Parts: sequence; C-alpha cells; structure tokens
Amino acid sequence: MSGWLLLSPRLAAAMGGIFGLLIVASAAIWGLKRAWPAKDFTELAQRTKSWWAMAAAFGAAVLTGPGLSFVFLAAVSFLALKEYLSIVPTRRADRGVLVLLYLAVPIQYAWVASGWYGMFIIFVPVYMLLFLPLPMLIVGETQGFLRAVGTLHWGLMVTVFSLSHAAYTLMLPAAPNAIGEWRDPHTGAALMIYLVVLTQLNDVAQYVWGKLFGRRKIIPAVSPNKTWEGFLGGVLTTTALSAALGPWLTPIDLGNAAILGALLAVAGFVGDVTVSALKRDLGLKDTSQFLPGHGGVLDRVDSLTYTAPLFLHYVRYVCY
Amino acid sequence: MQWLRLLFFFLIVRPAVLFLLGLYVKREELLPKQGPAIVVANHNSHLDTLVLLSLFPLRLLPKVRPVAAADYFAGADTALGWIATNLIGIIPIRRNGSALASMRDDPLKPAAEALAQGSILVIYPEGTRGAPETLAKFKNGVAYLVERFPAVPVTSVYLCGLGKAWPKGARWPVPLLCEAFVEAPLRWCGDRAAFIAKLERRVTEMSKLGDFPGWDHEPSAAAEKRTLEQEK
Repeated sequence: MSGWLLLSPRLAAAMGGIFGLLIVASAAIWGLKRAWPAKDFTELAQRTKSWWAMAAAFGAAVLTGPGLSFVFLAAVSFLALKEYLSIVPTRRADRGVLVLLYLAVPIQYAWVASGWYGMFIIFVPVYMLLFLPLPMLIVGETQGFLRAVGTLHWGLMVTVFSLSHAAYTLMLPAAPNAIGEWRDPHTGAALMIYLVVLTQLNDVAQYVWGKLFGRRKIIPAVSPNKTWEGFLGGVLTTTALSAALGPWLTPIDLGNAAILGALLAVAGFVGDVTVSALKRDLGLKDTSQFLPGHGGVLDRVDSLTYTAPLFLHYVRYVCY
Repeated sequence: MQWLRLLFFFLIVRPAVLFLLGLYVKREELLPKQGPAIVVANHNSHLDTLVLLSLFPLRLLPKVRPVAAADYFAGADTALGWIATNLIGIIPIRRNGSALASMRDDPLKPAAEALAQGSILVIYPEGTRGAPETLAKFKNGVAYLVERFPAVPVTSVYLCGLGKAWPKGARWPVPLLCEAFVEAPLRWCGDRAAFIAKLERRVTEMSKLGDFPGWDHEPSAAAEKRTLEQEK
C-alpha cells in the first residue's frame, strides 16, 4: 500500500476532477472581474487561491502514499489545535497541560498509522480525559479547574480525535468498487478523497445556494448568514454528487452513497455552526488568518470534524 | 558571521515563527524599508525579538539590530551571549539609567553609532519583559536617542500572544498564535517627556487591537464563597 505516486486510474481521474473544478472556478472569477470591473471580487479570488494551495498540498500528500497523508493530517490537527488553544482563555498554570495536548497529536496519529483501531478510538476520549488533569493536580491550581479541563478536552476531541478519523479511512482494506468494475489497491486513499471532497463541496454548495436563493434564516442566533435554502440546496447537491461518485470511486453502493451524502451534508452543517457558536462566544470572526479568504484552519475543517467520524463508522460497519 | 545569521533566520526562525507559532501581521507595509530607523515594541517574551526580526525581508536583516541589556546577554563567553551576539545580532547596552547624563561614559553610544551607520534599531522602551501580556511604564532611553537623531522615524509595533507562548520565568515556549500590529512612524517633537508620553499612548492604544485573551482569571465558585464569608 505504498508507492511514490498512487496513480491508479480512478484516483487520477478524481484528482483531475478536483483541479478541473479549480480551473473552472479561477476562469469564472477572471470572467466576473472582466464583466464587472467596478465590483470587488478580492475575497472570492483569495478564497480560490487558498483552495488551490490546499488542493495541491492535499493532493501531494494523498498521492505519495499513506505516510505523507498521516503527516499532512497530523499537521492540520496541530494547526487547528494551536488556533483553538490560542483563542480560548487558558490559565498560566496549565502550560504543562498544553504541552501534553500537543504531544497527543503525534501519538494519536501513530495509533492511526499502526492500524490499532481499538487504541485509536479510546486514546483521546478515555486516556487523555483521565490523565489530562494530572499536571494541574501536580501544580496544585484548583481555581478554574473544571473550566480548564472542560475547554481543553473539548478542543482536543474536536481538532485531534475527530480529524484523525479522516486519516483512519486510509487504513480501510482494499476492496472492489461498488459497480464491480475494478479493484483498487488504494481504496483507503479513494475513500479519504471522497470524504474530504464531498465535505468541502458541501460547504461551497451550501454557501452558493444560500447566496443565490437564501431568504429564511435557519439559526440566526448562532450564524446569521445561514439559510434554509442554502442548507437544503447543499443537502440535495451533496446527496446527488455522492450517489454519482460513490459507487464509481469507492466500495459504497448507490443506496448507501445517497444516505452518506445526506448524512455528510447535515453533519457538515452542524460542525460549521458549532464552530460558529464557539467563535461567537469568544467574540471572534475567524479562528485565525492562516488561509486568506477563509480565515483559520479550524474555520476550514469545522465541517470535517463532524463528517469524518460519521463517515468512517458508517463505511466500516455498513459497507465492509 | 552575517551569513550564519541569515541562514539561522531563513532555515530555523522563520519556519518556526510561521508553523510552530503562526504569525498574523497587520499593516506590514508601514515597517521601515531602509535605515536609519527605530522600531519600538512592547516586550513580554524572548520570542518578541525573533518575531520582530522575521517581519523584515532577508535583504534588510543585516541592518536590523535589537538593542539589548549587556548584563543579561553577557558578552560572547556564554552560550546565550554567543547566540545573542552572532545569531540575533544585538547591540548590547548597559541599562543603568543614572549614567545617562554623563556623556563621557555614554551607555547609548553603541546604539547611536549603529544609527549613524544606517541601522534599523529594535528597542523595547519597557526595558524588560515584565508580567505577561501587560504593558509596563516606558523608559526614557529611546527619547535621548531620537533627540540626537531627530530625522529618524520611530515606528511602533504591538505584539500580542507571545507573552502567553513564552512568558518570563517559563523554561520552554509553547506553540500559540501571535499577532503583530504596525503603526505609522512617529517623528521627534522636540521634548523628551512629551515624546515618550506620545509613544506610550500610541502603543497602549494598539494594545486594544489584539484578538487573543490573556490568562484566565475568572474566580471559582469556592473563591467567591470565601470572599462572601469574609465580608460577613
């Protein structure tokens, strides 16, 4: 399951599709700029440029084999965790705990890379939960103990535990695709591309449907720009796309691909809104300015933190 | 040794500042593009100097010199002294304010010479790192220096988050995001006290721009209960 470039025909076609979409998007922005020279498309252009960078990094990581993919996703987890720890209030006494949290990133991804599913699934929820407070006890700081334990562990669950599920899809065994045409030795890579692309396209679809037809607000107290039209348009688009792509690229059959599409769309929405609630609580617009046009890494992967676990468990239990 | 300093910043400091810390700069274009110039900043951490120096393009780096306390970064015979002198490129000055008046034994002389040669000086008017993420009272040294070079622009930078990433007294840094806000340069106004007051006001204003919270100090339920009982 290794190799310098995992270019099986299906993977190559999928990657080609991603970059094809980006070329279309860049061309569309170029056209928009020419058609309405007075209008400001800076944010849209910045967003697309950042998409290019993300697609290039993700593509390079996936196609050079699972090793680099684990490193790439571990780096994403690290950056998201760092953003989270920077924006939440922490106590000075908890510097040791922060070090422990950062150490959990390589450890969690080592469980993933070794394929030890049992440890991967309990390390953060059980052992980090139990032993995270230990440095606080040694320092002896009890003021604000509960708040610190709660905020720090929640952040670790979202940025490291949840996101590492996307990496674990690479460990799923090789299987023929659902239409039985062809057996891909890199099924794991295909599943991860499928998960990440559908999650990100769902974000874009909800945004575009909302911009075009959005009228009724869905959850104004948390995220005033989200509308029912955007949400439902996203669910329909992602379900259709999933049904079209799933059986061709992965072992997921048509029915399950449709269910997964709807599931990913709803979960992605919940993840997006959850991080919005966090930012609202802290009085921030973005978690950082790491990705021009998008905000922070956590802003970009907010929906993935919810879709990755659902996707992995659904595929593991239902499609194998 | 200049090439060693450039390599150190290109291969180690900049990647670390971008990936391990994560830096967001606002109004970078207001930084001086040539010497002589002075950059003043708030000081909470050893990381401040590394971050400030990474704000400048490598081409300018040989000119950028942080002014630092000679007693702390003592000479080239300790490891810290060697790093400070050769890799960071500090200008060591003695920080005993009382000697300022006597020109015969002028503590600012090395800094003044560097300015005369067209350097970009980095100065922390607070004098020391102090308590994390709080601004201490400014010292007068920078005003004495600008008085001698009234044409030199003084650009202020506010750094946010570094006092949490590596506060005074902590042994190791912890990765946390930081921000740098740059403000348009200030010119010499003819009066030392007025100049320092103006500079201090400007940096204090800028300190409100930061996005990151300080240390969490919310009193716990138990502490509130105790104070209530004491009041009774």
